[in-house]
Amino acid sequence: MQTDQTIDKNKPRVLEARKIVKELGGSRVLDQVDLILDRGDIKVLIGPSGSGKSTLLQCLNLLHIPESGELYLDSRPINFRKKSELYLLRQKVGMIFQEFNLFDHLTARQNVAIALRKVKKQSKKMAEQRAELELSRVGLSDKVDLYPAQLSGGQKQRVSIARALAMDPEVLLLDEPTSALDPELISEVLVVIRDLAKEGMTMLMATHQISFSASLAHEFVFMEAGRITEQGAPNVLLAEGAGSRTLDFCSKISEMTGAQA
Amino acid sequence: MQEIVNFFSPIAGSLPFVFSGLWVTLVLVAGAMGLGLALGIPFAVIRVYGPAPARWAVAAYVWFFRGVPVLVLFYLFYFGLLAWLGQMALLSLLPLNNAFFAAALVLGMATGAYQTQIFKGAILSVSQEQLKAARSLGMSDFQAIVSIVLPQALRFSIPAWSNEYSIVLKDSALAYVIGVAELMSRTRSVAAITHKPLPFTLFAGLIFFLLTWAGVRALKRLEQKVRIKGYTQ
Repeated sequence: MQTDQTIDKNKPRVLEARKIVKELGGSRVLDQVDLILDRGDIKVLIGPSGSGKSTLLQCLNLLHIPESGELYLDSRPINFRKKSELYLLRQKVGMIFQEFNLFDHLTARQNVAIALRKVKKQSKKMAEQRAELELSRVGLSDKVDLYPAQLSGGQKQRVSIARALAMDPEVLLLDEPTSALDPELISEVLVVIRDLAKEGMTMLMATHQISFSASLAHEFVFMEAGRITEQGAPNVLLAEGAGSRTLDFCSKISEMTGAQA
Repeated sequence: MQEIVNFFSPIAGSLPFVFSGLWVTLVLVAGAMGLGLALGIPFAVIRVYGPAPARWAVAAYVWFFRGVPVLVLFYLFYFGLLAWLGQMALLSLLPLNNAFFAAALVLGMATGAYQTQIFKGAILSVSQEQLKAARSLGMSDFQAIVSIVLPQALRFSIPAWSNEYSIVLKDSALAYVIGVAELMSRTRSVAAITHKPLPFTLFAGLIFFLLTWAGVRALKRLEQKVRIKGYTQ
């Protein structure tokens, strides 16, 4: 199903962060960050290293608990102090890590199935069927019995995407999903992400793949020093002579990576 | 050849007696290793992931049982602590004045301290990013530790655990000091009666050697059997 990318005022709000503050090691990594994701939104986080992109993503599924601020899932406030709410939110807000973080002792199939069994209490058979379905969606039907150590980086990342999708998340957070990959393995992961976008998955992705994300994103979110400093449609922010910090940053990346970006 | 046969011939008549001690040794070591495992795994988890007071308590336990020689522990527990506890009416049902029970408890608690360290190291060698990934899928910390961290950590522990087995096996010979009728105690008895210590002691040594060899070999097989495919640490 192809989603209509024009702005729909009636799109339901999926995830909203208000005034998120996070401190790590005594320094303020996130400073009053607001962010809204409506259903089907694809937003891309860009900005220099250390600007807080990764921390923001980890706060949005509460792997990091913010010092202050509010988080709403489906317009319902989440109580950070209640473990049951943390677990539920994390199921609904999937996370893709730069380093894949697959479970080394489990096959691809088991990697996807284990949370279905442990968290959703599905039977082994049901969980493994779902796992096979998700792995076929990312083009890995023939790798279900392989262990992470037997897979390439691109394949590992696709398993990790299948693992997140199996939980039926409402939002997918992607933390530089291609940064740890050899250049020739990047495209297989980007293809999967593009398919997800076509299916209308709500996504927030930190990445340095500027041209790819410009073709996909409804909005660029530029972060610097723990704050969101610019936010807008990529074609506006990247327009010739826009004078935006985003344009400045992106052209520096393009100079370094050449045609790729 | 004839000389060797003559040398070991005094053993022949007392083999059943010596082997009854072998049986006691096997049960003692199995009990101690089992208790050590039952203490070591949860204590290691507490040591790595637990709240501070629990971590300190486990650290104190480890320091005590690593710091005091097993021989001293046997005396302290059997003639001291357990004898004292045994006087309490509530505890009179427990076999506290039983030497075998005391020996299994002491060896088990001592190896539990070492096993805590073994499993702690193994847990730390599992990438903690996997724990993060498990939590990101909605698993509780407990679920993530049990189904993601421990299955890998236990695999990594097998070589060190096998080493620990060989040490506990040999430490179990010290249980004769509190009167446990294990292999060494039986050997000493017949050696004293026959006035021929050397063949009996050599024989006991050979049995300990074979038990070590068999156990280490079995654990090596287990290690290969549960090895993760394609994985090199």
